[in-house]
Amino acid sequence: MSKILDVRDLKTYFRTPDGVVKAVDGISFEMMKGEILALVGESGCGKSVTVQTVMGLVKVPPALVEGQILYRDRNLVGMSNKEYRNIRGKEISMIFQEPMSTFDPLFTIGYQLTEVAKAHMEWDDQKTREEIISVLRKVNIPEPEKRYREYPHEMSGGMLQRIMIAMALITNPEIIIADEPTTALDVTIQAQVLNIMRDLQKEFDSSIIFITHDLGVVAELSDRVHVMYAGKIVEKALVSDLYNSPMHPYTRGLLNSRVKREYKGKKLPYVEGYVPRAHEFPKGCRFNPRCPHAMELCREQDPPEMSISETHAAACWLYGEDQRL
Amino acid sequence: MLAIRGGSKVMKILQIERLKKYFPIKAGVFLQVVGHVKAMEDVNFGISKGETIGVVGESGCGKSTLGRTIVKIYEPTAGNISYFDESGREHDISKGLHRSVRPLFRRDVQMIFQNPFDSLDPRMTVRDIIREPIEAHNLVPSSEMDGYVSELLMKVGLYPEYAQRYPHEFSGGQRQRIAIARSISVNPRLIICDEPTSALDVSVQSQIINLLQELREENHISYIFISHNLDVVHHMSDRILVMYLGNVVEASSATELFDNPSHPYTKALMASIPNWSPENRKLQDVRLEGEPPSPINPPPGCPFHPRCPYRLEICDKQKPVSRALSEDHSVACWLYDR
Repeated sequence: MSKILDVRDLKTYFRTPDGVVKAVDGISFEMMKGEILALVGESGCGKSVTVQTVMGLVKVPPALVEGQILYRDRNLVGMSNKEYRNIRGKEISMIFQEPMSTFDPLFTIGYQLTEVAKAHMEWDDQKTREEIISVLRKVNIPEPEKRYREYPHEMSGGMLQRIMIAMALITNPEIIIADEPTTALDVTIQAQVLNIMRDLQKEFDSSIIFITHDLGVVAELSDRVHVMYAGKIVEKALVSDLYNSPMHPYTRGLLNSRVKREYKGKKLPYVEGYVPRAHEFPKGCRFNPRCPHAMELCREQDPPEMSISETHAAACWLYGEDQRL
Repeated sequence: MLAIRGGSKVMKILQIERLKKYFPIKAGVFLQVVGHVKAMEDVNFGISKGETIGVVGESGCGKSTLGRTIVKIYEPTAGNISYFDESGREHDISKGLHRSVRPLFRRDVQMIFQNPFDSLDPRMTVRDIIREPIEAHNLVPSSEMDGYVSELLMKVGLYPEYAQRYPHEFSGGQRQRIAIARSISVNPRLIICDEPTSALDVSVQSQIINLLQELREENHISYIFISHNLDVVHHMSDRILVMYLGNVVEASSATELFDNPSHPYTKALMASIPNWSPENRKLQDVRLEGEPPSPINPPPGCPFHPRCPYRLEICDKQKPVSRALSEDHSVACWLYDR
């Protein structure tokens, strides 16, 4: 597998009246061709800002972006908007969380899909229409010719989410970024959408960055997982390793907070405390106030990424050379 | 009255019979009623002291309408709500709250909403938010008020100093704790929780569920627990109602429902919950197609028949009535009508 995206020491900071918010603070990750990579974390962990930075949707200035995003040997950080436009939407496309608010209510579905196709593909009108209808059929939209002429309000959330997937696929992109694509949907509809995404990923051989807070969805879909907490990646693992031998105390906490059947009548295990807010991250490891294993060192120094195996790493002092358990 | 007869210790709080709520759709210059959103049809259940009833279903199934009709935010279109006060006297509250019942009922039945970012007034301090219901019911003399508010804050796991602060200074989980403190401030016997954890992060969700359980054990509070999350509902509830398109399709004790799900919709709902195990992925086996139809024009017959994999001849002609499979398990499905 070849490397398709290489993010190195990426930082995205915002200046706010409360101080500088380090939304993404020095994260590095790689992505291989044809894999599904999940970025998991709770609200405010920086997962959405990470992909918005990759998509060039963060406006600089006022925001501050540092580091490198290497896509096909080109650095996307600092790239002009004009150049970006040839990549964004064509080679890297995005699926957003809220299907109801992503589409413009004033235009038909067909018009909005045509807009994307026209911007990036050199097709004539006839071909554009054919391609759109064929991609709508691929995401299981019944009667695509009829839906083509309809408006977003005439469709349900699940259907719109599938149309958004169609919109992301129409340019046959290398990378699809899906930001919580099923969070706004009901579980039975979520299952349908996830199945479509998995099937189409195989068919188009795209790579998917999948952002979610739902570890159940991660287990169903992804190949590799990166867990984020407070602007940092705290654990990187293959999906099977993450569920079978989670290393970082935060990952363990997340996995434990699943409401299992056998807990009925008992207390649920939980992670102490709350997620810190972005302008008041604690000193040292950002998880230390909530961590059951916090040591002196954790309160002083931010842990670097410790390698556990070739495919597994955690940013935690528990796995430091001299601290190994 | 019925419930306490014969010296039984089980005290009823609410009894709901054939409860129905339609919302009119108005259109045209004269706002004529052109149709109805049939949000809830024929819901029956009772709730006793210390008991938790879970209501589960997807968006648009009528579970929130049910909660809101019970607390009298909405007036029911038809059906009966009987409220039993602390002395066991029965009051019919289906046609509005009578002046004599209102203070009792409003104190006895509280509600916790889904989104703690909307349910707390941003211009009131935490003290004022919690104090308001206590003052409305004249429960605590004003000299003891600050002490009582501090006590409540500690009970829900917050520091008493937080009383001076405003809601925006808190995270979602902390705000939900404030909302809980407000709801228990008047010593209610029943709290209706409408998706109390769905706006929260997973690591915080368990904290709130544990808190609700502690309060139930300490104060014998009953809950009507509304959620789309089957696992959470199972954890909290003694009995569960599964709703689909305004109808209760299955009702059972929590353990029985999970051991022996019977309605095809309940089965599909369970199959759609991801497994948390990359070795045993299961979503590709989900056979449920389509989406819930509109409650304005519900399909004839069984509301689930257009999506049901076990559809029979009769399903689109006649609506199945609820029938008992066992003592505490009933299902509305033609498959069990033999």
